[in-house]
Amino acid sequence: MHEMGIVSGILTASVETAARENATRINEIRIRVGELTEIVDDALHFAFEALSPGTLAEGATLVVERVPGRSRCVECGTTFNHGRFDVECPSCKNYFCELVEGRELEIESIDIDLPDETEAGETS
Amino acid sequence: MKVDLSKPILDRNERFAAENRALFDEHGVFVLDLLASPGAGKTSTILATIAVLRDRYRIAVIEGDIASDVDAQKIKEHGVPAVQINTGGACHLESDMIRRAVDTLEIAEIDLLIIENVGNLVCPTDFDLGEHAKVMILSVPEGHDKPYKYPNIFARAEAVILNKYDTMPVFDFDEDEFREVVRRLNATVPVFPMAATKDQGVAEWAEWLAARIESQRARADIPTD
Repeated sequence: MHEMGIVSGILTASVETAARENATRINEIRIRVGELTEIVDDALHFAFEALSPGTLAEGATLVVERVPGRSRCVECGTTFNHGRFDVECPSCKNYFCELVEGRELEIESIDIDLPDETEAGETS
Repeated sequence: MKVDLSKPILDRNERFAAENRALFDEHGVFVLDLLASPGAGKTSTILATIAVLRDRYRIAVIEGDIASDVDAQKIKEHGVPAVQINTGGACHLESDMIRRAVDTLEIAEIDLLIIENVGNLVCPTDFDLGEHAKVMILSVPEGHDKPYKYPNIFARAEAVILNKYDTMPVFDFDEDEFREVVRRLNATVPVFPMAATKDQGVAEWAEWLAARIESQRARADIPTD
């Protein structure tokens, strides 16, 4: 259950950014999570519900985009998607491949309300 | 209004990890992050490794546990500097904890720093501590099917120790299947059968480690012995 730590990282960065923009609230937080990390969506949402109240992100939606594993073959340069097992080049059947994507743990963007657009934000 | 952040969630951890690694590299210290389930034999493996390598290298240990300092005491009894980190319930170590622990060690007097992570096969794998290699210990009684259940840790390890190898006759452990699954997760990772408390297989593992220590020293331009 390290999702608590992950979510507190998400909240810190989002709230800092929102505060810098003088936001009144955060509507949405978008994150990217690689399939090859040990992050469980349910645990993320649970931690978010537990930790966000009382912050600018209270009531915000946490949108999790999953990034599939993707590697590049060191021999022939083919790039291909894969799961956790059998990271094997589909062209030359080589196992020596470099991971290109799949370990992301990244905050992509936040959607915030600014003081003068609060009403517009709420009705949109 | 949409604001782009595009920054790592574990930004803070990654920053400290990079600082740790720079410090280790500057002093030519090779740092090992040792991962395993509780009871797989992390501390026994560390003691066995110390016994084989202590005449060649200066070793220190950082012990990560949820509570208590029994592991650090065991290491210190063998005359090796050891720092205990208590995570107070947290399931993994983070890079700033390592930084504070390292501050209490004489980093310039160390060739090999072994970090014993909290006994857990899930959470520690996502946290960079600034180490040079993560190594995974699986003990035979845990079963050959562990890599199916905890694939990430096997995929990230740079070596796998198969500990309590001497108990193989009593357990229904299919070594061929184990090696095959590990290969499918991590095609090039070496597997070292070992019985740490019986001094079996320790020399082969220690040689692998010594080669890594030597290349780290060479990078830092420290003469080999």
